[in-house]
Amino acid sequence: MAGAHLDDLDRFKATYFDECAELLAVAEAGLLRLSPQNIDLDEINAVFRAVHSIKGGGGTFGFSQLVAFTHEFEAVMDRLRSQQIGVTTELVDVLIQANDVMARLLTCARDGLPVPAGLADASASDLKRFLRKDASGSAAPAAAPRPPAARKAPPAGALRSFVIYFMPKSDLLLSGNEPAFLLRALKRLGQAEVVCDMGRVPPLFELDGESLYLFWQIALTGTTDEAAIRDVFEFVVDDCQVDIAETTGPADGGEEEAFGLFAENLPYVPPGQLTVYEAGAVEGAQAAPARPEGGAGSGTFGGGGGGGGLGGHTIRVDLDKVDRLVNLVGEMVITQAMISEQLRDVPPGTLQQLVEGLEELSRHTRELQESVMAIRAQQVRSVFSRMPRLVREVAAQTGKEVMLATSGETTEVDKTVVENLVDPLTHMIRNSIDHGLETPDERETVGKPRSGTVHLSAQHRSGRIVIEVADDGRGINRQRVLQKAVEQGLVPAGAGLSDEEIDNLIFLPGFSTADAVSAISGRGVGMDVVRRNIASLGGRIGVHSTPGVGTRFVLSLPLTLAVLDGMVISVGEQRFVLPLTNIIESLRPRKSDLQSVANQCDVIMARGEYVRLVYVDRLFRIDGAIGDPTRGLVVLVETEEGGRLGLVVDEVLGQQQVVIKSLESNFQRLDGVSAATILGDGRVALILDVAGLQSMSRHTHTRAVPAAALPAA
Amino acid sequence: MATVPSAALPAVPRGQAGPVPAEEQYVTFTVGTEEYGVNILSVREIRGWTPETKLPNMPDYVRGVGNLRGIIIPIFDLRARFGGGQTEVTKRHVVVVLQVGERTRGILVDAISDILTVAHDAVKPPPDIDSGLIDQQYLSGLVTAENRMVTLLDVTRLFAGDAVEELSSHHIQIPRQAQA
Repeated sequence: MAGAHLDDLDRFKATYFDECAELLAVAEAGLLRLSPQNIDLDEINAVFRAVHSIKGGGGTFGFSQLVAFTHEFEAVMDRLRSQQIGVTTELVDVLIQANDVMARLLTCARDGLPVPAGLADASASDLKRFLRKDASGSAAPAAAPRPPAARKAPPAGALRSFVIYFMPKSDLLLSGNEPAFLLRALKRLGQAEVVCDMGRVPPLFELDGESLYLFWQIALTGTTDEAAIRDVFEFVVDDCQVDIAETTGPADGGEEEAFGLFAENLPYVPPGQLTVYEAGAVEGAQAAPARPEGGAGSGTFGGGGGGGGLGGHTIRVDLDKVDRLVNLVGEMVITQAMISEQLRDVPPGTLQQLVEGLEELSRHTRELQESVMAIRAQQVRSVFSRMPRLVREVAAQTGKEVMLATSGETTEVDKTVVENLVDPLTHMIRNSIDHGLETPDERETVGKPRSGTVHLSAQHRSGRIVIEVADDGRGINRQRVLQKAVEQGLVPAGAGLSDEEIDNLIFLPGFSTADAVSAISGRGVGMDVVRRNIASLGGRIGVHSTPGVGTRFVLSLPLTLAVLDGMVISVGEQRFVLPLTNIIESLRPRKSDLQSVANQCDVIMARGEYVRLVYVDRLFRIDGAIGDPTRGLVVLVETEEGGRLGLVVDEVLGQQQVVIKSLESNFQRLDGVSAATILGDGRVALILDVAGLQSMSRHTHTRAVPAAALPAA
Repeated sequence: MATVPSAALPAVPRGQAGPVPAEEQYVTFTVGTEEYGVNILSVREIRGWTPETKLPNMPDYVRGVGNLRGIIIPIFDLRARFGGGQTEVTKRHVVVVLQVGERTRGILVDAISDILTVAHDAVKPPPDIDSGLIDQQYLSGLVTAENRMVTLLDVTRLFAGDAVEELSSHHIQIPRQAQA
């Protein structure tokens, strides 16, 4: 029994740490957006709640150091949100640092490590300083451009104004609740103006009499508080969403422009409604907030209000469960295809109902598959939101002024892809700031604003996700790039390269323009690593640069790593899948196109280059294959690093999208094979790994080929 | 859990906390004239033979991989594993799907024969086999059932991943020579 108890506790802990990771991100994002010019009370509240939740959970599990520290942090956040202290740059820095310390304390708690001595001391004393200031009464709300009244203990009997969004679920009536009573109860709290949103009401013939399609917005003014309003909704909390916002002093405008982040962060609130909180807020009694303009038809008031941007309802699910679901659905699709195949042999006219039923089934299956894949989809926001932090740091290191603009954060991609985006993006943004952007003084002299802009965007384009990192800096210095490349022996001197070719040199392994190794770049780990990372995700990267105007990196990635566009080929009795991204072309050479090099390996002349042939049947010891390129086929492929190979196969059977399955989960890694898949007939086919084949063939075929005989890759 | 540590081979009750069941059930099957048994708790299912997909450069006892409802599992030829050469498969051959730790794997055998309930004290230690072909570590003991001898297999050891990898790297003799 004790064991079971411990397991439960571990599970709770794991959940707590999961949640903490999200809360930390929320807090960090909020703090990064906070500045004397940009004070958003909702955001401050969100940070406060995050810190508070971390503290609460920490207390439950007895992480005393964490609790002691977060207590200070929370206290400062509390003063901040009640506007007892103002927002200063210094305070923001201290808070960001405190968030870092909190993260490290959490890591220690999670891994059961002792907290390093003095880890939290400096930060804690910084935090305390802000608490003291307040206690002595010396720190008036310096930068806060709003009256220090409102939320901070309003005098008893003072009138307060709220905007309440009441968004019942459509089945609220089924649970015996009556919205009218709730609204009436609200009216008892003060003067209320109720606006009904009918945007969700369907056309008459689709109307379900038992469903509720209405939303309400209530502007309430009275001697009441948020708790009293919440009490009204106490019995329906599970069946509705209620957002309550107090319309105190006007929030500072301008945050929408500042980073382009703000508006994106409240996905479900049309801009017209957003202004309700800001512009429609008048202190004092007669505040009747403006009605939402332009929002009435949209049908969703969304969770933009006090809820810190929580849209919709979510559920936390173990990824394994989702994977199992994805697997099962994939299998179902294959089985379904199999049955369809067999049914094709049935004489037309017979079993008509079965045929129709099967068509129906196939539609459902496809839909199911899409829905299941969508569960794994995640907004790129989770990656993008880490970048302001990075920009801030790199800007500080380089002494440059940088604004980060982001767009398309709600673009959805498979979780695995999102996770793998962090490193390449980090690298590219660093690169843009370090190499791309000029110093503020340089910018001024060329007539640009002192502050440079890095624009990070994401969008879907023809079944792939395209991510761009664009800066308005100086562009690639082609002369210098070329000179460096020649110096490093990457390009022969005097090679006539086009501008585009020169720009692409930055992706070469070992290439670096930095003369000195700085903390940021010049360590020889450069864009080549980025390209390799992207390639391993089945993606491509390109660069476009205009001198003096800026540089744009364009990343194109598949939406998921779970499926792959492949070409099915056969070698002997066996079938393999070759990733489409690797394939250049397939051809059947004549005898005269083939050459033997030192009797060790065969090469083929293709597109002006000698390309080494790799006999898949010999490499994999497959009996009964054709094994002769003049009778079979040569598939010309390219590895991610740019090397080329000619794979000798029997036949190319056709293009197909395949579901990638792991070989390693039940077996082991195999040379020359990246994964496996299941073809329409239920048989397993191996997915070839071109880079792996290349290194295998090097070891088996070309034992003594002089390097000079090999074409420069 | 269901397997016995090799150091303390059978007959010896496992000295763990908690009650040790006095008997355990084994699924038995034949390979040629021999009968083997695996703990029933590790058997996930038994399925008919379907053609496998061969894997490159593997020892002969690795038949290939099969599709178990969307999961790709390796299939091992037990006869070949014990040095008897690859099984000539017919429709009557079966694959016993085993759950070995986190992994799911199949073994190809001739036929399923029985389910045996074996008392712990009925398990005899395996004889000292030193043929080089079969490592007695794979064996967890011998039992007698109605005049037949059944060899109990320790599936965890039989498929210890490193054994396969070790063998496969023996199998591909790749001369590594420095490139000019």
